[in-house]
Amino acid sequence: MTAFWILAPVMVLAALGILFVRKAVHAALLLAVVMISLAVLYAVLEAPFLFAVQIIVYTGAILMLFLFVLMLVGVDASDSVVETIRGQRVLATVFGLVLGLILVIGISQVTFGAAVGLDEANNGGNVPALANLLFSKYVFAFEATSALLITAAIGAMVLAHRERLTPKESQADAANRRMREYAATGRHPGPLPAPGVFARHNAVDTPALLPDGTASEASISRVLAARGSVRSAPALADDIEEVQRQLGQSPEQSPEVAGKSGAAATTEEQDAPGSEADAGASSSTNGAEEDEQ
Amino acid sequence: MIAMLDSVPVMASGELASFGNDPWWLLLFKAVMIFVVLVLLTLFNIWWERRVVARMQHRIGPNVHGPFGLLQSLADGVKLALKEDLIPKAADKVVFILAPVLAVIPAFITFSVIPFGPEVHMFGERTPLQLTDMPVAVLFVMAIASIGIYGIVLGGWSSGSTYSLLGGLRSSAQMISYEVAMGLALVAVFLYAGSMSTSEIVDAQASTRNIDVLGLDVPVPGWFAIILLPSFVIYVIAMVGETNRAPFDLPEAEGELVGGFHTEYSSLKFALFFLAEYINMATVSALATTLFLGGWRAPWPISAIWEGSNEGYWPLIWFFAKMMMFIFMFIWLRGSLPRLRYDQFMAFGWKRLIPIALLWIVAVATLRAITLEGGIERGQLLIIGAVFLVVFLVVMLLPESKKADDAETEEPPAGGFPVPPMPTQGAVRGAAAPLVFHEED
Repeated sequence: MTAFWILAPVMVLAALGILFVRKAVHAALLLAVVMISLAVLYAVLEAPFLFAVQIIVYTGAILMLFLFVLMLVGVDASDSVVETIRGQRVLATVFGLVLGLILVIGISQVTFGAAVGLDEANNGGNVPALANLLFSKYVFAFEATSALLITAAIGAMVLAHRERLTPKESQADAANRRMREYAATGRHPGPLPAPGVFARHNAVDTPALLPDGTASEASISRVLAARGSVRSAPALADDIEEVQRQLGQSPEQSPEVAGKSGAAATTEEQDAPGSEADAGASSSTNGAEEDEQ
Repeated sequence: MIAMLDSVPVMASGELASFGNDPWWLLLFKAVMIFVVLVLLTLFNIWWERRVVARMQHRIGPNVHGPFGLLQSLADGVKLALKEDLIPKAADKVVFILAPVLAVIPAFITFSVIPFGPEVHMFGERTPLQLTDMPVAVLFVMAIASIGIYGIVLGGWSSGSTYSLLGGLRSSAQMISYEVAMGLALVAVFLYAGSMSTSEIVDAQASTRNIDVLGLDVPVPGWFAIILLPSFVIYVIAMVGETNRAPFDLPEAEGELVGGFHTEYSSLKFALFFLAEYINMATVSALATTLFLGGWRAPWPISAIWEGSNEGYWPLIWFFAKMMMFIFMFIWLRGSLPRLRYDQFMAFGWKRLIPIALLWIVAVATLRAITLEGGIERGQLLIIGAVFLVVFLVVMLLPESKKADDAETEEPPAGGFPVPPMPTQGAVRGAAAPLVFHEED
């Protein structure tokens, strides 16, 4: 009973949450909470097999498929609250209340026979007892259900099946096609180049530079090119001057934060960083910056 | 009446009578021990994996911190905990925080039904070296593992990033597919053990059989890995797929998806995912040990020579040795095999592994039914079955025929896309008639 009084409020709250949360994924999660709580209740009621099957089938398989679909629909798809059918909300409330009333009245009229008891039902172990029932008294229902499930699975496969009109391109075919294209049009047979990677900027909207310094068209997504939101690498290099203007001084002359501001500019050993005579001699860029000021 | 019901142990039938009698403090102690062992095992496994992979690549691996570098993973763990904890702007905050917790808790829970040893004396109480057992313990493991998938799916979804979403989808699809094959591989074990409880499955593998090979009596351990070899092979393949490890680590294919579902995670949340992955590796290894390699029982030559090898705390050695063997196999696979392509991997799972597992179950059930009835001699049956099996395996593993190559050479219309037929007057020339919308009254 303890488990019931702990789980029942959780289940009711989660079930109400399914109705009131906006995001479909949250609703699915709350449904998972309800189902797992239900499974735990089965375990408490000494039905361990039902407990395992409830989690494996409902939580593990069916609800996971729900989640799949919801996730593919959109990352932040939330329910619209606009009423599409006029008067739907009022009608739904009325019919829901009527249904609830009928259920309450109907169930309160039912009387149950005396319970046989769990010991009787689980005689010889829960799993063997269940198997004995399934494969003797209910064997026809069991087989009919399995036939139904197989029909549904085959139906889904038939509906989703698409007749292949062209032969599938194998890896060897693809390689041959690429080489033929290379011979005919000179298109590079290898994979597309990655976008540009620079010390100050690393993004998909910056094209990579070819050895001659021009931007490689193939290195950026066609979508970005069509949108016109492609940056150019030389323009990014010019940005440095803009940053320097905003800072009011050159980055090299700002106080050392990481201790390495001058290190990248030179390949020579720096004898005594900080002494002005050495800074001019060892690092050409540092010297140039100082000359400007 | 209620008091009486409460006092009845939940699993009163058969062998499981030794469970459910422990005082609460002993249960707590066992639970804490499992937790501590799993965390330490994870630290050890990380170090071990790095060392072994390093050896395989002619490197040395971590060898600075502590003896043999054993404390390296501890240092890494501390470093990970001290990193900045980022939550992306686009993330769904609640689910983002919930996901790693959902991944790691089921990983710990599954170990509660793994038997580490026989009944021992612990603090003056006689108790089995296992937290609990139930008639459906193995199904329980499968169920809890399927909850663990939620952590990965939700982690991928809630990050609000394409890489994460794709990684999460991939990994959950993979785990669900390979869980089917895994479950089918277990069915044969259930049939032979006559139970789904882990401790009873271990007991069912206790007896040593003598098999007559060329006039010699060769004792063979009653391990299901030997009796049910195909099941064992299927399980081992499926367990690598189930744990997202190389060569099946497509969800984390760094060349395609950065880090997969955990791309956006950092600090302790990432550490939880990391922990879950390594514990899952230990879980499937422990389950394989329990179901196929005789669990905590000593391997045959030792058990024959040494009477007390299966008593007291000694079985812990055999159990962990067998388990570490599987983990070494995981590391070895990672060190030697390249990653599969995703479609090939899924096709292998659905078109090869699951049908083979199904056929094998039908064969095992038939064999079992016939031998129980006592109709035909067992040896003949085995030979007939083996012939069928070989034929089926060859047919299944042959590459798909390439008869489609020259069947159709003519070009299908519109490149194979379903398009409506052309208008009868031919293609529309010039501007089409403007669309007119009629206002509804």
